[in-house]
Amino acid sequence: MATVSSESQSDQLKVVTDATCTFCGCVCDDIDLTVDGHTITKAKRACVLGTAWFLNHDVDDRPSCMIKGKPATVEEGIEHASQVLANSRYPLIYGLSDTTSESQRVAVSIADWIGGIVDTTTSVCHGPSGMAFQGVGEVTCSLGEVRNRGDLIMFWGSNPAESHPRHFTKYSLMPKGMFVPNGRKDRTCVVVDVRKTKSANAADIFIPIKPRRDFEGLWTLRALAKGIELDPAQTLEDTGVELSVWQDLMDRMKAAKFGVIFFGMGLTMTRGKHANSEALLALTRDMNDHTRFVCKPNRGHGNVTGAYNVVAWRTGYPFGVNLARGYPRFNPGEYTASDVLARGEADAAMIIASDPMANFNEPARQHLASIPYIAFDPKETPTTRHAEVAFTVATYGINVPGTVYRMDDVPIPLRPAFESPHPSDLQILEGIEKRVKELKAIGLAGQASSLRPNAV
Amino acid sequence: MSETFILIPGRTSKQGVGINEGKYGETYLGEITKLQVAPGDMERLGITEGDWVRLTGEHGTIDVEVISAKKDELPEGLLFIAYGDLSSRLMGGDTHGSGMPTSKGFDVELETIPTPSKS
Repeated sequence: MATVSSESQSDQLKVVTDATCTFCGCVCDDIDLTVDGHTITKAKRACVLGTAWFLNHDVDDRPSCMIKGKPATVEEGIEHASQVLANSRYPLIYGLSDTTSESQRVAVSIADWIGGIVDTTTSVCHGPSGMAFQGVGEVTCSLGEVRNRGDLIMFWGSNPAESHPRHFTKYSLMPKGMFVPNGRKDRTCVVVDVRKTKSANAADIFIPIKPRRDFEGLWTLRALAKGIELDPAQTLEDTGVELSVWQDLMDRMKAAKFGVIFFGMGLTMTRGKHANSEALLALTRDMNDHTRFVCKPNRGHGNVTGAYNVVAWRTGYPFGVNLARGYPRFNPGEYTASDVLARGEADAAMIIASDPMANFNEPARQHLASIPYIAFDPKETPTTRHAEVAFTVATYGINVPGTVYRMDDVPIPLRPAFESPHPSDLQILEGIEKRVKELKAIGLAGQASSLRPNAV
Repeated sequence: MSETFILIPGRTSKQGVGINEGKYGETYLGEITKLQVAPGDMERLGITEGDWVRLTGEHGTIDVEVISAKKDELPEGLLFIAYGDLSSRLMGGDTHGSGMPTSKGFDVELETIPTPSKS
């Protein structure tokens, strides 16, 4: 847990202790920053990604707002953005994984006022796992419990050595914990993946599963957990792995005192998707007939877990929520951003802290480029370049305070290093919310807030 | 002549560093525009680092420069590319009711092409 920040300041130079890194889902809150004016010169304890995050987010020398590629005031941008959103029939609000939960909360409100869809990068990350949670449930724990108890640590379709570089040292493998006093020596690490990643090099056991056969591998383990006899030749053909290897893994899983499976997009992005996640969640549940076993998605962006939580506690659903009828409806595949764009349905969009013009499939990108949309980002991206209204915003965690959720759903406060001349996401979103309410005449006498003339 | 491979787009730490430096910077653009091929496949296909290949999937085609995967990291028959514009061009819009397009582990046809001239 972070301690109260102590800052020593001499002229331009200061040190911010226990700052929070918001680049990946580890949300490390033990970083000491050396700050020289508007530049961070040193990020003590940060990993390679965290160092790049802190040292490359000095203030961007761009206008805070551009409308159709021309500099404008923030007030003009808010007005234009509000007009676009209020006058659209099927607006999409998307992104939200790299901003504070305070901003996420306002973004959901705007979606409600304008009768739109709110979706987050969860849908193209662990959205399928979110579907699986609803079907199976999640036997889980905090990263602190993993650190103090985990003696069998598995990574399935996840490569934290590249995506979460401090995962091993801070939480899962190296720490000396209450019930694993010898740290790494008390833990066995297993990696299941289609390629021998950098994480596999850190494992005691690497199981190279056949591509697109995660579902079969997980169900093989489920069968072995129940003591069901399997055909070795069929298992090898189905999974690309000898039955004896799976049996050895199951023996270790049963013998563990506290087993953990971290899973990644190797499961959710490949054939099977939510069925893969369901299989893993069910396996974890099954293992509790034998010992204590938990699982956790290795979530990526700094506050994607916050986006999942905030949308859930505001609408009852975690992502892909349609508010057009004045009440929330959830249907992945119908109300998720990629689908709404690829099918050419959305007629306007607001993209906050994400870059679908770089990361979405081609039909979705083509449609997004054809409609008016508003983009928020501290840096120039393909999405901001094509936006009708582009806001250059202050960076959360570096310039902006607030709350983010670590990948294990633990909320953590931010400790900004210096102020930015650019506005925060929150300031702009609050301005847009106020204006769209005026444009929709919400709150006036005789006008119900659930009035939805543009319901689809 | 083309051959079928399975493409695995994914994260790399260099790509992550590049995102922070800027998406129009050399680090990011350099990382997302290189295709990792297993050394055994390169030898069999007679291609070397710096050669270019064309990948054709169900939903698109890209031309990309080849680099060798590190020894043992990539089994033969698999290709790896860092997430980005090029990998996205090969993704289709159908999410099969999940919200998630199939973004990893899809088939592509690989054929060698002449190295583009720098203009």
